[in-house]
Amino acid sequence: MTAPAALLVIVFHYVPTLGNIIAFQDYNPFVGDNPLESFLNSEWIGFGNFQTLFEDPDFWDSVRNTLSITLFQLIFFFPLPIFLAILLNSVLSPRIRGFVQSVVYLPHFFSWVLVVTFFVQMLGGAGLLATEMRQAGIEPWNIMANPHIFIFVVTSEAIWKDLGWGTIVFLAALSAIDTTLYEAAAADGAGRWRRLWHITLPGLRPVIVLLLILRLGDALSVGFEQYILQREAVGRQAAEVLDTFVYYQAIVPQQWGLGAAAGLFKGAVGLILILVANKAAHKMGEPGVYSRS
Amino acid sequence: MNRRPVWEEKPGLVGLVGKGVVLAFLVLAVLLPLWSVLVTSLASRETINATGGMVFRPREFDPSAYLTIFSGGEISRAVWVSTMISVGGTAVSLTLTVLAAWGLSRPGSLGHRPLLFLFLLTFLIYPGLVPSYLVVTGLGLKDSLWSLILPTAISAFNLVVVRAFFMNVPSELIDSARIDGAGEWRILLRIILPLSKAVVAVVGLFYAVGYWNAYFNSVLYIDTSSKWPIQRVLQTYILGGQSPHVTGNVPINIPGVNAYPPSLAVKMAVVVVTVVPALIVYPFVQRYFTKGVLTGAVKG
Repeated sequence: MTAPAALLVIVFHYVPTLGNIIAFQDYNPFVGDNPLESFLNSEWIGFGNFQTLFEDPDFWDSVRNTLSITLFQLIFFFPLPIFLAILLNSVLSPRIRGFVQSVVYLPHFFSWVLVVTFFVQMLGGAGLLATEMRQAGIEPWNIMANPHIFIFVVTSEAIWKDLGWGTIVFLAALSAIDTTLYEAAAADGAGRWRRLWHITLPGLRPVIVLLLILRLGDALSVGFEQYILQREAVGRQAAEVLDTFVYYQAIVPQQWGLGAAAGLFKGAVGLILILVANKAAHKMGEPGVYSRS
Repeated sequence: MNRRPVWEEKPGLVGLVGKGVVLAFLVLAVLLPLWSVLVTSLASRETINATGGMVFRPREFDPSAYLTIFSGGEISRAVWVSTMISVGGTAVSLTLTVLAAWGLSRPGSLGHRPLLFLFLLTFLIYPGLVPSYLVVTGLGLKDSLWSLILPTAISAFNLVVVRAFFMNVPSELIDSARIDGAGEWRILLRIILPLSKAVVAVVGLFYAVGYWNAYFNSVLYIDTSSKWPIQRVLQTYILGGQSPHVTGNVPINIPGVNAYPPSLAVKMAVVVVTVVPALIVYPFVQRYFTKGVLTGAVKG
């Protein structure tokens, strides 16, 4: 019964994974009738594609953009769902809490096209903010087309979309904390903040570490559609991330070998990062993503 | 109303107000953009000209933008394409996921461990854009709607969630059915699935939303604009700045309805149409979120 699903995963996941081998070829789609035949007839060039890639300053720009955005979001986005979860957990009225949860989970179900559209229509040059400012006689800003604040804009979009959704896992962890711990601590005279620091945060620690590892493993992917959708408005300098680099430098001009090399670089770095982060988590006594048991 | 535990301090006024302000800000940040888009889609040309763009205060109820986009033409077609992909894709995904999860939930079934590993490893390995593109085109799926379904049909995460849920079904239940002569299919359809409605609903929603929201694969694989899903059309018109060709150049002819609604209203109507499916399905499945996903994830 598992066979049909396994077949799909093999064809659309593992065959392409093996297909990365064309990174070592000057792959030419016209030397065969189908990609397999072209692959067999294409010329092997060793690390030629990697050399071209690593000598391309645009490639390093895209890596730098990607890593800056990852780091920025790690600092300014990652902690927010933890705070919001603790805040929601302290709301006593189930009706208010349920309402807030329903509303803030919602944008998670919107596509990136919609999220970017909402931002453009609210904050863009012809958006709500700009029209209101114009009516008030103030010169409007065009927030959405300014490359200097692009990193704030993409982070705000990511927060708008996924802040609420991100709280779910923390809320579950919070509800698993034994309430007698709080009671005992309160009886011993620990105040609100000490209970937060000594009971709540340690209770959340395994989940925080797990999500941090997963985020590190994904350090080279900051999302794809979000950037491709806004690349035109703010320009390549600010919005080119590794994934869009592959699309514009490989798929569009059909530089297959080069694109596969960039993809392989990304996949290998991601795999190494997640293994290292997981190892570090084990050293710190956390279960991490997987264990060898 | 939950009672505050006796040992907990009463919150101070500052704390309460602070909490209220933060939560109100978050709720408004989500709801106000939706409201403004809805109001603009129903606004008349005069109102839009008066504000010079997006409208926030409703003045009238003018449905002509909606009548225009549903009178045939590109938007209607894109909605239809996206509906077909979402319904068909979800059927394919859900069937295959449930079958695979059932097969993998019984320890001792053929190749149980290596197969599970095969799915789990997809979390760690990223196949890359170029080889995926070559495989899909090599299979002749370029410009076929199947290219928007098959490559993303199986999500290992959803599979793991469903499997974890199936594993919690007491094996006595299955054994007794087997003794009574039920085969594998009958056990799955009559015992397992009825017990797993919650998780199947949640996973089905995830798949459906994923298909409805998919944008980039259509950029990669679909060249013919008549096969574009709604997200692609939305992107072209709103972010790409083109004006929609909504009615195949025939103005609508309904008494009392503006035959040429303002293009901003039409664009916002397209946004509303793209949002609505998520809004409709959401409340039905929302109550299963914690029940379905978290039990699966925590015990997985």
